[in-house]
Amino acid sequence: MENEFYSDDFRIIGCEEESGEAIGRAPINYWQNGWLRFKKNKVALVSSILLGLIIAMTIIGPMISGYKMDIAALTTRNKWPSAAHWFGTDQLGRDIFTRVCVGGRVSLLIGFLGAVIVVVLGSLYGGIAAYFGGRVDTVMMRIVEILKSVPHMLVVIMISIVLNSRSIPTLLLAMTITGWCSTAQLVRSQMLQISREEYVMAARIMRVPPLTIVLKHLIPNSLSVIIVNFTFRIPGFIFGEAFLSYVGLGVQSPNTSWGALAAAASSTVLFYPYQIFFPTLMIALTMLCFTLLGDGLRDALDPKLWR
Amino acid sequence: MPDNMPLLSVKNLCKYFPAGRGVLRAVDNVSFDIRQGETFSLVGESGCGKTTCGRTLLGVYTPTSGEVYYNGTDISTFSKREKKLFGKKAQMIFQDPYSCLDPRMTIGSIIQEGMKVHFDLSASERQNKAEEILRKTGLRADFASRFPHELSGGQRQRVGIARALALEPDFIVCDEPIASLDVSIQAQIINLLIKLQQEMGLSYLFISHDLSVVRHISDRIGVMYLGGIVESAPAEEIFRNPFHPYTQALFSSILSVDSDRSSGASRIKLEGEVPSPVNSPSGCKFRTRCKYAAEICSNISPELREIEKDHFAACHLINK
Amino acid sequence: MAVLLDVKNLSVSFRTMHGEVKAVRDVSFELHEGENLAIVGESGCGKTVTSKAILRLHDRSGGIVSEGSEILFEGKNIVRMSRKEIGEIRGNGISMIFQDSMTSLNPTMVIGKQIAENILIHKKTGKGESLSQAKKLLELVNVPDAAERMNQYPHQLSGGLRQRVMIAMAIACNPKILIADEPTTALDVTVQAQILELLSDLQKQFGMSVILVTHDFGVVANFADRIQVMYAGSIVERGKKEEIFSDPKHPYTWALLKSIPGRHQGHKGELYSIRGTPPDLLLPLEHCPFSPRCEYCMPICKKRRPEEKYMTETHGIACWLTHEKAPRVDNPLKIGGEARAR
Repeated sequence: MENEFYSDDFRIIGCEEESGEAIGRAPINYWQNGWLRFKKNKVALVSSILLGLIIAMTIIGPMISGYKMDIAALTTRNKWPSAAHWFGTDQLGRDIFTRVCVGGRVSLLIGFLGAVIVVVLGSLYGGIAAYFGGRVDTVMMRIVEILKSVPHMLVVIMISIVLNSRSIPTLLLAMTITGWCSTAQLVRSQMLQISREEYVMAARIMRVPPLTIVLKHLIPNSLSVIIVNFTFRIPGFIFGEAFLSYVGLGVQSPNTSWGALAAAASSTVLFYPYQIFFPTLMIALTMLCFTLLGDGLRDALDPKLWR
Repeated sequence: MPDNMPLLSVKNLCKYFPAGRGVLRAVDNVSFDIRQGETFSLVGESGCGKTTCGRTLLGVYTPTSGEVYYNGTDISTFSKREKKLFGKKAQMIFQDPYSCLDPRMTIGSIIQEGMKVHFDLSASERQNKAEEILRKTGLRADFASRFPHELSGGQRQRVGIARALALEPDFIVCDEPIASLDVSIQAQIINLLIKLQQEMGLSYLFISHDLSVVRHISDRIGVMYLGGIVESAPAEEIFRNPFHPYTQALFSSILSVDSDRSSGASRIKLEGEVPSPVNSPSGCKFRTRCKYAAEICSNISPELREIEKDHFAACHLINK
Repeated sequence: MAVLLDVKNLSVSFRTMHGEVKAVRDVSFELHEGENLAIVGESGCGKTVTSKAILRLHDRSGGIVSEGSEILFEGKNIVRMSRKEIGEIRGNGISMIFQDSMTSLNPTMVIGKQIAENILIHKKTGKGESLSQAKKLLELVNVPDAAERMNQYPHQLSGGLRQRVMIAMAIACNPKILIADEPTTALDVTVQAQILELLSDLQKQFGMSVILVTHDFGVVANFADRIQVMYAGSIVERGKKEEIFSDPKHPYTWALLKSIPGRHQGHKGELYSIRGTPPDLLLPLEHCPFSPRCEYCMPICKKRRPEEKYMTETHGIACWLTHEKAPRVDNPLKIGGEARAR
């Protein structure tokens, strides 16, 4: 054992220069780091793949099924799922797979558009309130609180009755008219929180102009929260549309959506349960995936969890 | 500017915050001077108002009353141009190396942020300057393209210092700059601060609760208790000969490597808790915990007075 | 003194997105009855992970205690214990207090009830009995107006008082070992001294053993009997307090002691500082982990890990400088190389 040690091994050479201060890993920016973290989250990754499949299905589904959504065929009424009709057929003999795909377009479109509208409106409103602060902020936020205190579904139902129209734009208007309030509150509190961070204080001390602070610090740092909020809002709109269609205030025939499909199938649920099963499954699956995706994004994009 | 004029002079500064029904007196009638190239430290326990004091100096908070003079001019009377110049000349270094750097910005753009406002430089000139400053603070120039989350705590703190230095300031408020760092990293940062001061003639307001560090780095020290300065003196003098009962108790509770409690060295025990700054005691604020407290202490608030040359204390019971 | 706790070859690792972080690497030590053992080191050196492993607090946080690790308490291996047995030990044998008293207490429950509940779980007493015991405990840890404090919530107490409440809960069932993880780091200097004095009084009164986990040499110098210095997951030097402070042998200990302001440098003189940063614990580190930052690094240090060598029965050093072929290096703290500048 002793022979292994040479005297040459025992001369003092001192410490290495600077070696400790170098960073071995390649530089990665905020979004790359977020993506790396997101990739590690298996649940969120599977959710986003599943969502991709659902969206692809609604686009190309009717082409591969070989049926038209609104062609009735009396010979094939109420057929159970088979090789010819993957999801079976409805009371009028229409292919349910095709109808679920086409209905999905409407449901997803309303989900995305609704979320875009409330997130954009809410972010602007909340951002303005946080930026001006003081009395402006107080008045603006009181208005939000009043709007939020009105029962949501009541407003939606009243609007669709008052406007006496059942189109998609009416539906969106009804659901977003008070829907932006919670996003406004979220964005405002997020921006207030960021404006109390020490890096914003440093910028203020250096007399960086307020608008530059908003553009360079407040908006980029609120962005991840806004994105996460966007993903969380989508399932709410999909469900809201399904509910309204179910009670008959939503999408009208011949157009359809997942909610409308479920509503149509509900009367015969005891005899043909598959007719309600597939649209409901799609609603549940899509909502679950968006929620899990939002969870994953929130964890991946929060720099406070990176320490 | 006359030679003996302090760079920064604080006169009867007060900062109150509304707190429920009462008023929180975070900084209450504080006065001190900082001369060119000098380190003045504020020490005290948490909640004594030292951080609020530093922030009020730099205009983060508007003072409730009192004045801050920079080169002899009251900063509240500054014109827009002078205000901007003060924003260049007076900087701050923060305690938390995590929250003081924007996670979305590269180190390079963090350092250049202030330069864009105060210097008329081209992008490449700014970049060269940022790299030069990085080297000056002991970091590699290629850190400019990194993001804060890739750096260690000590490295981030150096970036915080580099951001302040980028504007060529002559006064820096160091708000607990080493409190969240490890011992060996603390030494690196203290060395850096002292080196920069000697090279660039900087003045520091050093805020800390670590008394051994304060002793090492300071020229003069002010001890704060409940928003007011109770004693101020040159660093060695105040440690050798503390007058105020609070200073004595505070210094005797330092656990240093050289002291050994088990060998019988005794500590001046303080009774009770620090009262709330919302309804602080009348007269001398320390009287509720002071073992020497007399009647006068509850009636009249003691003013800082010069007990010995350059050594001030706010206590009725100290005789010259 | 009898050995109360015997830790043998403890290794703990965590799986992260970058790989396996080996936080504690083959650590062995003993704790004797009635002694105060301090584990010192910088953040990330493994001191907290080691102390938490003793109570198996990593079970839920994903820490993996490697095969072959043994933690013997009263002859039983804690690593292999069932949930029930470890629960028994957490209450009656070993208890722990943490740095952050605010998050360790339940914010929605009054202090008295929290302490009493702790007593109820581990002792078979009535409700009234446990409440009166809780009050006695608060008096024992010098909480003023104990009766009144019993009905207050954690946020109504100052940091110092909350830490006292934590201590009261920890000693409620007369543990044999108290692990204090940075008990005073979040506190002000005047309160810090009070809490440490309280701990040392209680230790004498109940004959407890204390494991004090800290980064602060000032705390250690005043309250520890024996010291273990950790670096990058291993113990680099251990010994009695006198041995560590008056005759340290490891360059890392020298460096730590030298970088404390106020001892060796003149006013505003340059403080000694260790260059660089601690190593990435993802690495296997088969050489001396301190070698890249060590002023006395030798070629051998970069090849092999030094074995621990005992100078006296208690004073162990893991450093190649203790090898007979190594050049003699004197403790730089002693020879006065850093003479006072002023």
